[in-house]
Amino acid sequence: MSKLPGWKELPLGATITEPGNATEYETGLWRSAHPVTDETKCIACGVCWAFCPDASRVQYKRKKPNPQAFTDYYYDFNMFFCKGCGICAHECPMGAITMVAEERQ
Amino acid sequence: MKKATHERVAIEVSIAISEAARLLDVDVVSAYPITPQTHIVEHLADMVNNGELDAEYIPVESEHSAMSACIGASAAGARTFTATSSQGLALMHETLFIASGMRFPIVMVVANRSLSAPLSIWGDHSDIMANRDIGWVQFFAENGQEALDLTIIAYRVAEDKRVVLPAIVNIDGFTVSHVTEPVFMPDQASVLEFAPHKMFQMLLDPDRPVMMGPVGIPEIYTEAKMALDIALLESRAVIDETFGEFAKVFGRKYSAVEKYKSDDADIVIVTMGGISETAMTAVDRMRKRRKKVGLVRLRLWRPFPFDDLRDALKKAKVLIVFDRALSFGGCGPVASEIRANLYNSKLKRKPPVFSFVGALSGRDFTADQFAELVEKVEGYIKKGILPEYEIVGVRE
Repeated sequence: MSKLPGWKELPLGATITEPGNATEYETGLWRSAHPVTDETKCIACGVCWAFCPDASRVQYKRKKPNPQAFTDYYYDFNMFFCKGCGICAHECPMGAITMVAEERQ
Repeated sequence: MKKATHERVAIEVSIAISEAARLLDVDVVSAYPITPQTHIVEHLADMVNNGELDAEYIPVESEHSAMSACIGASAAGARTFTATSSQGLALMHETLFIASGMRFPIVMVVANRSLSAPLSIWGDHSDIMANRDIGWVQFFAENGQEALDLTIIAYRVAEDKRVVLPAIVNIDGFTVSHVTEPVFMPDQASVLEFAPHKMFQMLLDPDRPVMMGPVGIPEIYTEAKMALDIALLESRAVIDETFGEFAKVFGRKYSAVEKYKSDDADIVIVTMGGISETAMTAVDRMRKRRKKVGLVRLRLWRPFPFDDLRDALKKAKVLIVFDRALSFGGCGPVASEIRANLYNSKLKRKPPVFSFVGALSGRDFTADQFAELVEKVEGYIKKGILPEYEIVGVRE
């Protein structure tokens, strides 16, 4: 969210008048730990991507197939939205994702 | 606007209120019957059934659903009416905050009744006092004419662009709701010209999709509540303006605070609702005995008429506030409001506020008892006693 509205600027009843504006809300600011993937263990099965409750695990198509991998995709995190819930790490069948505490600022 | 014509009819107050809803041409009525409000919604159901009122009548399974359906109807742009009482109002509780928070101009008549337990169907102000902080405009009517007039006024205030808030008209269960009174019934054209249906609330519209009632994260919630509070406070001026316009068209002048022989009174009684008429009789009797007693009545409870009330009470030496509800272990709700209001005022001489609670669950509180109350307070003053509050008319 770029600028928070003052009470006079809020639409009546705090109604949301712009569809889909949740994409502007940086839920990543809530995070106390972030996921780190060990790419040597990752088999690109996509379980983390399927379980991520906040669409923070993003799926990309590989240009060249990887014979080690389960699928032709690879995965990255969108840290703008990742709240650090740890579900991806918990669900990963290969134990490839670990949660690392955010450093104090 | 030209002056309204009217017909003088003898009518039960509940029926008069449902006739007011018909004159206002409401679009949706969603209600659940509960004593002593039942006659209002029964008569509305009859009128819809008979084709006298072109409205959608939604017979819901509970008051929680009644208010929820009203919220939905108002979001769709309908002029919405409901009525309830006591346990029904209690069951609506959470949705009442939603109606005001989402800023829907719903109008509801509450036939005030006590709350269980012990179970009671009779009248007092316990139900509305438990819902004091819901963010609605709240009026208290004294008699049938006022109940009808305030229903019309409530729609004009609620739908005003500067307000857009729900409003409650409180009437005393039985002692107002079930009484047959002579009432001036105005003509519909005048009512609709005075209070045309306006839609300044957010609307459900497929061409302009919005999300209503979303999460108010901590960064938004305070701003949303501030906006609601300012709208409620600013409705004060709109209410006064509407009272003025109403007087021009319908010939009856209302005010947020009504004074009765209080200007030169040493002791001023403060009341709300129908019992004020009994208190007026008591004032008349005491005046005959040359006792300088007066009455001040609150017609508007929310937004609280701070300035008008301070002005009305500025010359009083002693105040007697009579509440028909009790905040257990606290005080009479009207009394505590007035104490706070006076404490924060610039009055040099702040009168002591004697808080009395009585007439609970429809128990009579007569003009003679009001006179006894005044004598009691005179005794307290001589002895220098100022109780926090006292329940009166109760057996030892």
